[in-house]
Amino acid sequence: MTALLELDGLTRYFGALGALNGVSLHLAPRERRAIIGPNGAGKTTLFNVITGHLAPSHGRVLFDGRDITGLPPHRVAQHGIARSFQRTNLFPRLTVLENLRLAAAADGRGSYSLFGSVARLTAPLARAREVAEAVGLAERLGDEVGRLSYGEQRQLEVGVALATRPQLLLLDEPTAGMSPEETQRMTRLLAAVPREVTILIIEHDMDVVFSLADRISVLHYGEVLVDGTPDAVRTDPRVYEVYLGGRDDA
Amino acid sequence: MLVSDLLAQALNGLSYGVLLFLLSVGLTLIFGMLDIVNLAHGSFYMLGAYAGLATVAATGNFWLALLAAPLAVGLIGAAMERAVLRPLYRRPPLDQVLLTFGFIYVFEDVVKSIWGGTIRSIAPPDVFAGSVRIFGGAFPSYRLFVIAFGLVMAVVLWLVIERTRLGAIIRAGVYDAEMTSGMGIDIHRVFTGVFAAGAALGGLSGVIAGPIQSAQPPMGAAILIPALIVVVVGGLGSLKGSLVGSLLIGQAEVWGKVWLPNISMAMIYFVMAAVVLLRPQGLFGRPLK
Amino acid sequence: MKWRVLGIALVLAAVLLFPRVAGTYPVKLLQEILIWGIFAMSLDLLMGYAGMVSFGHSAFFGVGGYVAALALTHWGANAASGLLVPAVAAALAALVIGYFSIRVSGVYFIMLTLAFSQMFYAVTFQVAWLGAEDGIVGVPRPRLPGVDLNRTGVFHVYVAAFALATSLVLWRIVRSPFGHVLRGIHDNEARMQAVGYAVNRYKLLAFVIAGTLAGVAGALYTQFVGSITPEAFLWRTSGEALLMVIIGGTGTLLGGLLGAGAFILLQSLVSSYTERWMLLLGLTFILFVLFAPGGIVGAIRGRIGLRA
Repeated sequence: MTALLELDGLTRYFGALGALNGVSLHLAPRERRAIIGPNGAGKTTLFNVITGHLAPSHGRVLFDGRDITGLPPHRVAQHGIARSFQRTNLFPRLTVLENLRLAAAADGRGSYSLFGSVARLTAPLARAREVAEAVGLAERLGDEVGRLSYGEQRQLEVGVALATRPQLLLLDEPTAGMSPEETQRMTRLLAAVPREVTILIIEHDMDVVFSLADRISVLHYGEVLVDGTPDAVRTDPRVYEVYLGGRDDA
Repeated sequence: MLVSDLLAQALNGLSYGVLLFLLSVGLTLIFGMLDIVNLAHGSFYMLGAYAGLATVAATGNFWLALLAAPLAVGLIGAAMERAVLRPLYRRPPLDQVLLTFGFIYVFEDVVKSIWGGTIRSIAPPDVFAGSVRIFGGAFPSYRLFVIAFGLVMAVVLWLVIERTRLGAIIRAGVYDAEMTSGMGIDIHRVFTGVFAAGAALGGLSGVIAGPIQSAQPPMGAAILIPALIVVVVGGLGSLKGSLVGSLLIGQAEVWGKVWLPNISMAMIYFVMAAVVLLRPQGLFGRPLK
Repeated sequence: MKWRVLGIALVLAAVLLFPRVAGTYPVKLLQEILIWGIFAMSLDLLMGYAGMVSFGHSAFFGVGGYVAALALTHWGANAASGLLVPAVAAALAALVIGYFSIRVSGVYFIMLTLAFSQMFYAVTFQVAWLGAEDGIVGVPRPRLPGVDLNRTGVFHVYVAAFALATSLVLWRIVRSPFGHVLRGIHDNEARMQAVGYAVNRYKLLAFVIAGTLAGVAGALYTQFVGSITPEAFLWRTSGEALLMVIIGGTGTLLGGLLGAGAFILLQSLVSSYTERWMLLLGLTFILFVLFAPGGIVGAIRGRIGLRA
């Protein structure tokens, strides 16, 4: 089966520091892959390189067989990759509906219309409502982002990425800073995402990881240390040493 | 052209460049540290000239004016920073830039109301009132004084910035204000100090320029653009850039008028645009974050 | 909604009937306010909606003004010379300047737009066939079929019609899908890119629209005064438009007209009582930036209790 996402020896230096050191990864369509690793392992840098926010020093990113290495972020998004951010990255002065609608309308159809009306762009509006429902914000459509709780903002954060109908969804610590209930809600939300959407998720919360992931890749000092099923990773002594070591696991 | 003419032109460019330096060094450090393009910086130049005018009128002593003017303008700068700019630090830097634009009008009109709109001249001190013969041509000795004074000030400033603890703090603040503050240094005091010092230097430039340029209210707005060009070309936040930039622009203005009178002005703006597009950090500025 | 339409109709009627009740000087003042209002509204599209603070908007005002002056003087005094050609020229200038300026943002965008407009200033100041310092004088008003623009009353309706048209056009644009994209860009440009918008294209389009309208304002100004000078390109002209937008209310469109009114009234009325109109203007501006970032419109809305 051809990989949906193929990372081929991705390397990225910041000065002398190698944030990524030859990361290679194959992500199958419909797969749910978690990327874990200690802070500073290069996880967010990896996302930044995939989405075009950073250019790699070496290596390639192939999506659906096409080389998208070094493409600007909006072109990467247009290929079908969406991303949520570790630090909430929404449209602060706009409503929940508008946040989602803008994302849903990003394919450009109708967006250059100078004299038309937003209400007549029914497809993005419908998609926005659909996603709002899916992320549990159907009651909050008319509220500005500032009125939402932190947990609700994180839900919207994922929603905005989902609204673009991506083939591949990159989630950067979606449950960062959440309470246990909020985390559970987010986990259910993510589990309910249709299987056609391939997911690559960075997470620190192991419960979330083990409940969502088909496979886990462990990143350490910019390299893939271990790559396997949750059980394999859970019992791998190298992982234990580097990451889970010294902590109670499960 | 005669050698004396060429030399005179070059020296004119040098004296203008030195004035630009004293004015722009404050502008560039203020930007480097506070991320504010102080559009009212030209006003400090104007205020300096008028403070000098007032001091000379009151005491007849030019040297006293050289001391009093920067002091007065420095105080005005400090007041402006503390009272009006500081409350805006949490707002986007663009708000602060717009605010400084409003001050141009305020300062210009206050000066106009006190001294009127006519051009006032300041006489150079007697010891420099004459001229010096260079290669057969006469060159005003006051301008030589300006050049010498300016270069001395450049050295003094360089020593302060590079060799003193205060200078280290300033350099750190220009590089990363947040981190410097995290090191336990009262960054707000440093901000006020740098703003005041920048204003004072601008005022110094203005009072020195007085005998060359004469004083009129719009002079601040007029010199702002050359100062901005210097800062852009030299590099925002760089003392070295400010010096090299002003000397370059000083020569460019003078020789441009001689060789390319029709497009010299436009060329300088073209250079400014090119720098912003191709090398925004200028000659010596820090690479953009 | 009905009240708003009624309100606008009333204001429009008042503006149109003004020449019947007022003398020449106040009427000219109102015309100047309307023309500058167009200029300021066009800047508000850039600043208030797309979030691009330009200090070089005078470039397009000046291009419109100068091209109108040249065309009306040399190519016949008609609508094409007076309006169409200047608008197209301004649009082209905005396309070129915008293409480069979009590449930078924040302070650098301010500096770059400033540099471009100053380039125009420098060229028109130094070039003889453009009139150098004195500019171009003796520009005739366009001859429109059945209408004599040399009569103040007629010219008044002409200018008011443009102000109204500009307001309507901008109002539609701001509410359109394009306008919503601009607002998204203003709020979070990075996220707009991340979801797939070719942000630079939208910014460039906004820049060109704003520049074209500024050019129309410039052309009208030339027709109003009968001449144009390099000062039209000066950074202070850009700054004045900026002042008008902020005092009127950034991101409100109407604020552009109100701000122009406040500025010009301050300049003319206040200056007949005191010479200190510049001081008052500067202080007003500073106070608005500090305490009333929503401008006049924001203050009014606050009073009536409407959401901004």
